[in-house]
Amino acid sequence: MQPLAQSQSLPEVGFDAAAVRAGFPIFAPGRFEPPLAYLDNAASAQKPTVVLEAVDRFYRGYYSNVHRGIHPIAARTDAAYEAARRKVADWLGAARADEIVFVRGATEALNLVARSFLRPRLAAGDHVLVSELEHHSNIVPWQIVCEEVGAEVRAAPVNDRGELILEELAQRLAAGPKLLAVTHVSNALGSVVPLATVVEMAHAAGVPVVVDGAQAVPHFRVDVAELGCDFYAVSGHKMFGPTGIGALYGRRELLAAMPPYQGGGSMIRSVSFEKTTYAPPPTRFEAGTPHVAGAIGYGAAVDWLAGVDLEAAAVHEAALLADATARLSAVPGLRIIGTAAHKVGVLSFVMDCAHPHDVGTVLAAEGVAVRAGHHCAEPLMRRFGVPATTRASFALYNVPSDVDALVRGVHKVREIFGR
Amino acid sequence: MSDLRELYQEVILDHSRQPRNFGAAAEANRGARGDNPLCGDQLRVSLRVRGGMVEDVAFEGSGCAISMASASLMTQAVKGHTVAEAEELFERFHRLLTEEEPGELGDLGKLEVFSGVREFPIRVKCATLAWHTLHAALARGDDGEVEVSTE
Repeated sequence: MQPLAQSQSLPEVGFDAAAVRAGFPIFAPGRFEPPLAYLDNAASAQKPTVVLEAVDRFYRGYYSNVHRGIHPIAARTDAAYEAARRKVADWLGAARADEIVFVRGATEALNLVARSFLRPRLAAGDHVLVSELEHHSNIVPWQIVCEEVGAEVRAAPVNDRGELILEELAQRLAAGPKLLAVTHVSNALGSVVPLATVVEMAHAAGVPVVVDGAQAVPHFRVDVAELGCDFYAVSGHKMFGPTGIGALYGRRELLAAMPPYQGGGSMIRSVSFEKTTYAPPPTRFEAGTPHVAGAIGYGAAVDWLAGVDLEAAAVHEAALLADATARLSAVPGLRIIGTAAHKVGVLSFVMDCAHPHDVGTVLAAEGVAVRAGHHCAEPLMRRFGVPATTRASFALYNVPSDVDALVRGVHKVREIFGR
Repeated sequence: MSDLRELYQEVILDHSRQPRNFGAAAEANRGARGDNPLCGDQLRVSLRVRGGMVEDVAFEGSGCAISMASASLMTQAVKGHTVAEAEELFERFHRLLTEEEPGELGDLGKLEVFSGVREFPIRVKCATLAWHTLHAALARGDDGEVEVSTE
């Protein structure tokens, strides 16, 4: 074994990660010592200059509230906010901009569906189906609503590779859940769920589908029309946009039939003390002043992503993942958790000699930013019999030297903790 | 790297690999469970306290090297001492971990190996989980079992 061997030269299929990197101020050379190997992209992605500038331009140049003013900068803000909605709609393949509700992030999107879609149609004895892959944000909102009425949450299992077992899913769909809530990509393992198939199976059983897409959109193009799902939840910050902004795609006829999520300004048609009528979607679900700057920054992130060859980027990420997987697999006492045939650049692992938090601390000293913990997926950790893992997660701007730093750090862990 | 060696001193590695007083205290009359929900560390401390004296103390659970070693060294440090002495030791230990200039801390014995944790603020909770759990068990009184959390 050659622990410190450099990566084999990776085939760069028309993708220049170094050029992409140059657009991110945090990766400017000399910023960190040791150099930052940012492998915590599943937690949040870094921001390109174009996103930061779009937010800055808004605050400095034409800042105003939305949907309220008639003065010129208010009109410009309105236009920018609605243009961002259009961009997100186009990006996700939604037929109409009013199928996109701006929210704080995927978590709020799922809570909105729990409250306004699920709750009114849920009764005692009902159940909601999730998968074992889910992040807590795609478990707990359903549990909260279920507890209110005496319903329950059930889970469809995954196999030892971390893949959803479709035969088991079919059986559970036949039991008549009121909703299937499933992730597109596992945040903890990187498994990609065959969503079009899953949606088809659910719809054949008459079960609506809400998808947690937070981990999918940074890696590949998503087309909600093609997938056929009923709701799709995303976060801006994971796809190179600002924090505090995200989007819920919802099929128009579903959104139109749903009661409001929160009450307040903007979401009404008319208010009296006797009776309030609500605005149509998406405004109905956007009470109060929204995160205007976030939405504009999110729109800029979508524009930026649209200019990237995402298919080439996916090949690049896959090469980094394959290299890291091969080199970490060769480390004695290291076990990779999550070996799905189809996965994005997420590498979760445990080491015999050291707890994930100690691994994370040693890697941090090498400049390698990873996540150590249960990744807000405790049921999944339990499924694999580990309390936690160390997770390295890649994005399109990662380079082979990031993998080198990760491998070097893992060998340092063995130096310190190995016997 | 020098900071890492300061953090993971040999005594800490030794106690994390072979924790002392691991299990349950015989005829225990105090106990508490401690959780660090952010990282999933969980442990349980049990004690036999008679006449204000910690006659026996043990812990069980799982966690990182820092939390396991801290729990192990804690049991050695407080066994055979009075409850008041144990609480006072916790106070001094906490200052060692968290204060830039902790001043005169007196003799902390082997617990001084944790001084390196000060350079890793996010790991302070790992080192204090066992102590918070001990504190909860002592505060609870006889035949009680309580739960504490770092959050």
